[in-house]
Amino acid sequence: MTIILDPTDERVPVVRQITERTGSVQGVVGLLNISKPRGNILLDELDRLLSEDAPGVEIRRYQKPTFAKPCPDALRHQIRDECDFMIEALAD
Amino acid sequence: MIDTGRAFTLTDLNGSQQDFDGSGPSLICFVKEDCETCNIAAPVLEAFQKAYGGAVKLLVLGQSGESNALFAQRHALTMPVLHDEGCKTSFDWDIEIVPAVFWIDAKGKVATKFEGFVRDDWQALSDQIATASKQPAAQIDWESLPAWRPGCGSKHFDPDIYDKLRAEADGSVLRARKVEIASGDDMAEFLFDQGFSDGLPLVPPTPERVMRMLAGTHRDPQDVIATVPPNMGVGTVEKIAINAVMAGCKPEYLPVVIAAVEAVCTDEFNIHGVTATTMGAATVMVVNGPIRDKIGMNSGLGALGAGNRANATIGRALRLVIRNVGGATTGGVERSTLGNPMKFTMCFAEDEEGSPWEPLHVERGFSKEESVVTVFAMTGGPVHIVDQTSRVPDQIAGSLGQGLEGVFLPKMHNLPIDALLVVCPEHIKTMTRDGAYPKTRLRDRIQEVTSRPLAEMVQDDHSGAGIPVADAEKLGPEKLAQLAPKFASTDYIHIVVAGGEAGKFSSAFHGWSTGPAGSISVSRKIDLG
Repeated sequence: MTIILDPTDERVPVVRQITERTGSVQGVVGLLNISKPRGNILLDELDRLLSEDAPGVEIRRYQKPTFAKPCPDALRHQIRDECDFMIEALAD
Repeated sequence: MIDTGRAFTLTDLNGSQQDFDGSGPSLICFVKEDCETCNIAAPVLEAFQKAYGGAVKLLVLGQSGESNALFAQRHALTMPVLHDEGCKTSFDWDIEIVPAVFWIDAKGKVATKFEGFVRDDWQALSDQIATASKQPAAQIDWESLPAWRPGCGSKHFDPDIYDKLRAEADGSVLRARKVEIASGDDMAEFLFDQGFSDGLPLVPPTPERVMRMLAGTHRDPQDVIATVPPNMGVGTVEKIAINAVMAGCKPEYLPVVIAAVEAVCTDEFNIHGVTATTMGAATVMVVNGPIRDKIGMNSGLGALGAGNRANATIGRALRLVIRNVGGATTGGVERSTLGNPMKFTMCFAEDEEGSPWEPLHVERGFSKEESVVTVFAMTGGPVHIVDQTSRVPDQIAGSLGQGLEGVFLPKMHNLPIDALLVVCPEHIKTMTRDGAYPKTRLRDRIQEVTSRPLAEMVQDDHSGAGIPVADAEKLGPEKLAQLAPKFASTDYIHIVVAGGEAGKFSSAFHGWSTGPAGSISVSRKIDLG
């Protein structure tokens, strides 16, 4: 860990900001399997629930080559370009 | 060296924590593995341990990280050898040289302390411990040891370590919020993500770098230099130093940056307006006085361009202060239609030695020996003025005037707008070939050659800018025949000298809205203590 000193007037917290929540789900929802065992089972269930509860939503499935490494740039960019929402299955 | 024992908790070579409560009787010795004198002292310490270890606590504090084990092994030390991690205890105990020895009595008072190896001191110490501990004196062949050896500098004085320790100490002068960056984060990307950058990579403002930067000024880090628009952020010396680090400044540049921040945050200069205007104004800084050479600023070849660290980073630091402390971000309060590259940086020194005139700061009321920064709000430039063939002083002065026709729009005259003319050495030579050519004459010449009849400034099919047709009709033909120079007054024409010896190319910066409703150039003395 490295420490730096805040160069601003410190009125805004220096943290990673969470994307603003819209309160509704629409458009394209991506389901990302990070390739941990049984991630597909969790995502299959989410896929089913979303299809029932939000029929207008399009679901797309993605998979990382391995959970042990960061998502490849190409896949991250693809998800960014194609999806409005993203659910990542971290479960074993 | 401290007078009273201080508590510490450090790990020994086995990784176990060792607590020292600051009391005695105890002997504390700081060593460095690669210090020859420490290696002379080590067998003595081991003899002390054998003789007095039952009654006295002996601790050796190593400054050498993993090599502490090597030191202990080399001398078969049997007392605890502790890692002085980051040399924090060395810093806290205020030593300068290793070996550094503290003999602490039962009440925690330092009874004896010394650094280096003076045989008599060590022998007297042995006697003192023997008496206090009621143990037989340690068996040491003192005659076989050197009478005197200087020690080595304590490792905590290595610049990187020392500045970090000073930054993290309880009494640190730093007050800015500390931001932790996870080891998995890319430092450069993190700084971009936080919006600290002008679009170029930044030097991470670590506490130790900021401490080093602060050494460039005698000012207190918490002195408030200015409230910085648009958010009216508090611009302390410390905040300016942090941004100067990010910009890539050296500590000796800091006083210039501080003076510049002070100058632009005045009501006259109006950095809020300069930043916010859709016209795309930026600050142009001219530095005068002895500091130019002292910090290696460029007033010669390429002075207005890239390649000189002082010129580049001082201008950039000012911009970063306005962005980060003032909160002026592009698309936020920064609203310029096109922007301009001077918004990254624009700072140069005047070639006072090559100038036939008083330097800019002297002209503005300072003494030649003072170092001064002058700030101008400019929307365009440097716009080069090319004249390679004039050989007569009035000709070259005339060309410089014609080169200023482009301010705002060639058609617009009588402008109450600043221009900053940077005259190159070859043009100076031509201008002064027959003798002195005062600045006043150059200013008058500029007004003379740019004078045009008002009739040429009326709105027409070529351009809708200028005097409205209805107003022109009211003026009548006689008034429309009157000549109007480029500038409303010669006071708007600022002149400095800079540039390389070769090349007949002067240059001009074109102003923004000049005056109380816009911006007025400001000079500030650079406080060098």
